[in-house]
Amino acid sequence: MPDNIHIKLNTASVEARVDAIQAAFEERGMKPAEFIGEFRELAEEKWLPENGARVCAKAWTDPAFKARLMANGKDAVAELGLSMPAHHRHLVVLENTASIHNVIVCTLCSCTAFSIIGLPPDWYKDLEYRARVVRQSRTVLKEMGLELPASTEIRVWDTTADTRYMVLPMRPSGTEGWSEEKLAGLISKDMMIGVARVAGT
Amino acid sequence: MDGIHDMGGRQGFGRVRYALKAQTFHEPWEKRVNALYSLAVKCGIFNMDEYRHAIERMEPRHYLSASYYERSLTSLATLCVEKGILTREELERRAQGQFPLSMPSAPGRGNVETRPTLKPGDKVRVRTDHVPGHVRMPGYIRGKTGVVVGVSPKYPFPDAHAHGIHAEDEPTYDVRFNAEELWPHDADPAHVHVGVFESYLERVS
Repeated sequence: MPDNIHIKLNTASVEARVDAIQAAFEERGMKPAEFIGEFRELAEEKWLPENGARVCAKAWTDPAFKARLMANGKDAVAELGLSMPAHHRHLVVLENTASIHNVIVCTLCSCTAFSIIGLPPDWYKDLEYRARVVRQSRTVLKEMGLELPASTEIRVWDTTADTRYMVLPMRPSGTEGWSEEKLAGLISKDMMIGVARVAGT
Repeated sequence: MDGIHDMGGRQGFGRVRYALKAQTFHEPWEKRVNALYSLAVKCGIFNMDEYRHAIERMEPRHYLSASYYERSLTSLATLCVEKGILTREELERRAQGQFPLSMPSAPGRGNVETRPTLKPGDKVRVRTDHVPGHVRMPGYIRGKTGVVVGVSPKYPFPDAHAHGIHAEDEPTYDVRFNAEELWPHDADPAHVHVGVFESYLERVS
């Protein structure tokens, strides 16, 4: 029998524990219900991967913007009306090329540029991804469906401080003349994390 | 601290449980937890470094068996109790059951005084410090050498900021390591980049 079994048997459910804190905050005048409503709106309607997709599509079509984005990501995304939390002081954009593939992780927890590429998916925060992608990058990417040519250099970026990273995917050929909106539709959160590539690249 | 949270490079884990269009939240309470700790940060009850450290201080069996948002919940409750906002008795009375909290904190530390000012291209070694309190140096780079490829603006120094200790803000450096030097003979070839605070580094000539 595991020696922590007695804790599990008597532990209140997570819902009951959350309710306890929420009720205590309510009693202290902190208005948690209102804040939960505001948070839900941000999470569901504002912190979306469509933001980052718009940034990438603009970088594909506007070389001057791309240069500013690569030099100072946080200032460049602000041009598109996108903001980052105050403690995210720096956004580094990592460009994929025919010979370089970038992938991001946070081995210590779950840090991401969530206001730009969206809140991190469940697997990003799981122990398997955090433990393995730094050490077995090519193997893990292959298991996740991304088989890279042997000649491709893999660059892993561990988000251990408050600088944030996002991957700029490669633009596929055959998309010349496409609008930014149509190009943005090609780009997903997983591509900006670096575990997927745009079809045809 | 060399805690269970420091997952990078640990072996024995299976495949990533990956799905296309994976969700961030699975249960309604998870969003409430995320909002409640954000509210606590906004109200100045604790900062993000304290929040991260209180997750790291979870008893290791609890850490490994808890879901991501149960870890958030445990950190939030622990800090509210430690800061005197709530008591454990109140939480357990309201929840009608046990409310496991994190383990007590060890002391933090201030900046390293002899830290180097670095620029891209500089060769560095990660100091071999063992820190009892909060630290954002993943264990897999301790003592390893790499090259600076990027410099950030200054941030609060987490080793101090998680413990209420006054310290100077520091830049972080994106340092490029070679995976085959981090884990000789047992890594896929790659460059691994880590955001490293100035106090964790020394220059290599």
